[in-house]
Amino acid sequence: MADARPRTVTFRVRRFEPGRDERPRWEDHRVEVTPGMTVLDGLWKVKEQSAPSLAWRSSCRMGICGSCGMLIDGRPRLACNTQVAELGSEVVAVGPLPNFDIVKDLVPDLRPMFETHRDLRPYLLRDDTEEQDDPTREYWQSPHELEEYLQFSYCIKCGCCMAACPTVATDPHYAGPMPLAQAQRYDSDSRDAGFGERREVLSGGDGPWRCHFAGECSQVCPKGVDPAKAIQLMKRDLVFDLLRLRRRKPPAAVAEAPHGLPREGIPPAPPRTVPEG
Amino acid sequence: MRDRTLWTAHLGAGGLILVFLGLHMAIMHLGLTGDGLGVPGDKAIDWASVALRAQSVFFAVTYVILVGATLYHGLYGLRNILLELNPGPALRKVIDVGLSVVGLALFAFGTWTALAAPGAATTVGG
Repeated sequence: MADARPRTVTFRVRRFEPGRDERPRWEDHRVEVTPGMTVLDGLWKVKEQSAPSLAWRSSCRMGICGSCGMLIDGRPRLACNTQVAELGSEVVAVGPLPNFDIVKDLVPDLRPMFETHRDLRPYLLRDDTEEQDDPTREYWQSPHELEEYLQFSYCIKCGCCMAACPTVATDPHYAGPMPLAQAQRYDSDSRDAGFGERREVLSGGDGPWRCHFAGECSQVCPKGVDPAKAIQLMKRDLVFDLLRLRRRKPPAAVAEAPHGLPREGIPPAPPRTVPEG
Repeated sequence: MRDRTLWTAHLGAGGLILVFLGLHMAIMHLGLTGDGLGVPGDKAIDWASVALRAQSVFFAVTYVILVGATLYHGLYGLRNILLELNPGPALRKVIDVGLSVVGLALFAFGTWTALAAPGAATTVGG
């Protein structure tokens, strides 16, 4: 007969508050495991039962927002997307993502990553600002062109790839897998015309050239994105551009009106459901 | 922009190594040449064969290209490893200049060896 007693595991949590603690320390907390319990659920129990000052970052609880990236049993993962049972260990070690400064406990300082991300201009760059500000129709894009960047658009900016990257670990100036993969996501978008502007940043010494293809970023990505591939594709595009072998195409044009359909411009927005003001 | 050029040259050097080291291996270890130079293929590493190749302009040129490509490829790789140790701007400059000087010195020595070889081979060979 199966043992009906609830299973308990030890959450070994890394605690550190800069300015107050001299060095990080590990704290053990016993937590009763329920079926389907995630590491994030376990952390909430720890906070409720024995460590009310424990800090971490989380939001959606469903692997969408990318807030709860942590080092769980030695591997960067999303706490909300990792079930305690799947770890199969009696001791669950939870620490902050490596390669970042620590704000407090399990909260990494992701600002350097997002600053680099912003510098690489991760949005559509085009000349037709009027159309973008006041769109009349969508830009035309074939399913094949969509496939060129689709997987890279699944990135949720959780920072797990940055935490796993051995180059980021030693070279703080290296742009890192997330910003580079996102730059490639837009460079390979047929609606974008910003390759030349991003190239100025990417061709420097801290760009994709520092990547030596360890591939850890792709191994740990909780969304199945392959940043290592994006970086290799980026290198190829930049080299082809240098050698004048890169195909230059104008960005996708605004789609023509479909024939035989009474459709004029963008459909009006539905009525408000929340009162204004 | 400079790093993109350096990395592209690194790729190019890799391609040259593939061709010229492949040629070297084919000649030295698979005996693919010698007959064409008047030496039996299975005696590619005999002194007579070495001396014969040393007097050939074709081989002198391939040796110089191979030396240059290998030095660039290897030293650029070493530079990448050193830059991963996060040196400061001054040390970075020292690495760049130091590796360039070492590379150029070794290339000059290798080129001199390849170009001086015909005379040496004649002298030693009698």
